Amino acid sequence: MRVVIAEDLFLLRDGLTRMLEAHGLEISAAVDNGSDLLAAIRADQPDVAIVDVRLPPTFTDEGLRAALTARKEQPGLPVLVLSQYVEQLYARELLAGGTGGIGYLLKDRVFDSAQFVDAVRRVADGGTAMDPEVISRLLARNAGDGSLTALSPREREVLALMAEGRSNAAIAQRLVITERAVAKHTASIFLKLDLQPSDDDNRRVLAVLAYLGA
Amino acid sequence: MSGTTGTLLARGRAGILAVGRGVVFCGLMLPGIGLLAFGLILLAGVAIGLGFALTGPSWEPGYVRFSLLVLMPFAAVVIVPWLASGVIARIRNLADMTRQLSGQWCGVPIAQPYRPRPARPGTPARPGMPARLLWQLTDRATWRDMAWVIANASVGWIMVAAPVVLTVIGLIGIVRPGTSGGPLVGGPFAGSPSDGVKRLLLGVLFLTAGIFSAPPLLRGYGMFARSLLGPSGSTELERRVQHLSQTRTETIDTGAAEIRRIERDLHDGAQARLVAMGMTLDAAGHLIDDDPKAARALLIEARDNSAKALSDLRNLVRGIHPPVLADRGLADAIRALALDSPMRTYLASDLDGRPPAPVESAAYFAVSELLANAAKHAKAGQVWVDIRHADGMLKIGVTDDGRGGADPGHGTGLRGIERRLAAFDGVLAINSPPGGPTAVTMEIPCVLSSPKTSFS
Repeated sequence: MRVVIAEDLFLLRDGLTRMLEAHGLEISAAVDNGSDLLAAIRADQPDVAIVDVRLPPTFTDEGLRAALTARKEQPGLPVLVLSQYVEQLYARELLAGGTGGIGYLLKDRVFDSAQFVDAVRRVADGGTAMDPEVISRLLARNAGDGSLTALSPREREVLALMAEGRSNAAIAQRLVITERAVAKHTASIFLKLDLQPSDDDNRRVLAVLAYLGA
Repeated sequence: MSGTTGTLLARGRAGILAVGRGVVFCGLMLPGIGLLAFGLILLAGVAIGLGFALTGPSWEPGYVRFSLLVLMPFAAVVIVPWLASGVIARIRNLADMTRQLSGQWCGVPIAQPYRPRPARPGTPARPGMPARLLWQLTDRATWRDMAWVIANASVGWIMVAAPVVLTVIGLIGIVRPGTSGGPLVGGPFAGSPSDGVKRLLLGVLFLTAGIFSAPPLLRGYGMFARSLLGPSGSTELERRVQHLSQTRTETIDTGAAEIRRIERDLHDGAQARLVAMGMTLDAAGHLIDDDPKAARALLIEARDNSAKALSDLRNLVRGIHPPVLADRGLADAIRALALDSPMRTYLASDLDGRPPAPVESAAYFAVSELLANAAKHAKAGQVWVDIRHADGMLKIGVTDDGRGGADPGHGTGLRGIERRLAAFDGVLAINSPPGGPTAVTMEIPCVLSSPKTSFS
C-alpha cells in the first residue's frame, strides 16, 4: 500500500513515516506543503494521502483545502486528514461528496499505532475514519432529538463506534460482545432511526453520519 | 404625472407639519428668555440691595439698613446659588428639549454636551448644592446654553417664525379676501380692496411660500441650534479622551486577567500532566528489567497523560484564538460554533473580506457568548445571526426565540461583551422584553481587508 504524507513539522513527518513503514506500508512521498502534496498525488498515484490541516505558507487550513482539491481532481481518492483539533465544519466539508475514503482524526490518535494504521487501511479501502471527538460532538448536538433518545445506552455506544467508521467485527471486539450481538444492535438502531439497512459497512457509516447531520 | 402630484402633495404635507413645528419652536423661545431674565433680575436685585446696605445714605432708617445687611448676604450666599442652580437646570431642560426636537423634527440630531455629574465616592448620585453649582458654572456648555437663549430670542426664532407669518397672512388673504385686513395684512392687501381675485392669488402665493420654505428653514434652524447647543470641538475632544482612557484601562485589565487565566490553566493542566508523565516514565525506566509488565502499564499511563495534556492545550487554544477563526474568518467560525450548538442556527453573512484580527476575535467571542446565553438562559430553540459590513461598520445581529428578559445590568456576560467592543469603539444594543424574543445588535467600526487568494 502506497502512502503520501503531507506534514510540515519534521519530527511528526519523520515519526509518521517510520511508524507506517514499520507496519509494512510504503511511503511514496513525504512533503511539507500543499502544492507539493498535489504534485506528489498526481505523480505517484498513492492508495491514500495523509494530510495535516495546517500547512505552509498560510498555516491555516491549507492542507484541508489541498485535500479537497485533490479529491475534486480524483474523485474517491482516499484522504486521511490529521489535525491538532477537530471541527464538525471541516468533517462536513470532507464528507460532502457522499463517497467514502475519508478520514478525519486528531493527531493524538497516532499514539495508538495499531489503531491508527487500522484507520489508514480502512480509509485506503474506501472506508471512513471519523475521530471519536467529532462523533461525540455530533451526538451531543443531536441529543435532544426524538429518535436518538429512543436508543438504549448500548445502542448509542454502537452507533458512536459505527459513526467513527468501524466494522461490525471491530465494534464487537471493542465492546467485548459477539458480532451477532452487534448485528442485532445495528438492525435495531436502523429501525429506530428509520434508516435503510445495508450490508455494506461503508454505506452504513455514511447513512449514519448523514442522519447525524455531519 | 400622478407621481409628481403625489410628491407635491407629500411635500405640502411636510411643509404644513414644518410650519406647525415652527410654532412650537417659537413657543419654546419664550420660557428660555423668561428664565434668563429672571436670573439676571435676581442677581441685579441682590447686588443693588447689597450695595445699598453697605453704602446706603445715612438718612436710611437704621432698621432697614440693618435688615438689608443681614438679609442680603444671606440671599447672596444661600438663596441666589440655590435659585441660580435651579434656573440653570431649567435652561438645560429647555435646551435638552430643543436638542431632542431638533433630531426628531429638523433632522439635525444634537448630542448632549454637558460634563457628567461629579460623583464623589460614598455620596448619593445627586451632588450637594455647592458642588452642583460649581459643576454647572464650570461647564462651558452652561454658558453656551445661555448664549443660545439670547441668540434664539434675537435672531434664531425669525427662521422658524417667518414661514408661520407667511402662512397666516396667506390664509387670511384666502379666507377673507374682501376685508381690508388688520395690521398684519395691511401691507400686501392694501390698495385695491375691491379686487378679490388679486387678493386670493396673493394669499395663495404667500401660503405656498410659507409652506414650502418651512422645511428647509426648519433644517437651517436645527443647524443653528447645533452650533450652540451641540458639543463644541474641545468638549468633544474632552469626551473622546475620557472615553479612550476608560476603555484603555478596561482593555488592559481584561488582557491582564486573560493572561493570568491562561497561566493558571497551563500550570494546573498541561504542565502538571507533563510533570506526572516524566515521573511515570522514570518509574517505568526503573522497572523495565525487573518487572516489564508493570513498566508496560506505566508506559500506557504516560501515553494517556500525554493525550490528556494535548486535550487540555486544545481547549486552552480554543479559548484564546479558535483555529477555525484563524483559518476561515468570522462567518465560518460562527458556522462552526453553530454546529456545536443544540439550537437551530441560521447564519447570513455578506462579508467579502476580513475585519482586522482583533476585531474579528472580539466579534467572535461576543457571538459565542450570546449564543451560549440564548441556549442557557433564554432556553431558545432557534437563533438567527446576521453579519454585514456597511458604512465602515461591522454589524452583527443575534436574535433568538427564547424567553427574553436579558439585562446588561445583571451578570457579567453582556457587560463583558460591551467592554470588549468598547475597545474598538464598538457598541452593543439589546432588546429583550420579558417573554422574548431577545435581539442584540453590535456595531464595530472597521475596514475589511481584501479576501485571501484561495488555494489552487
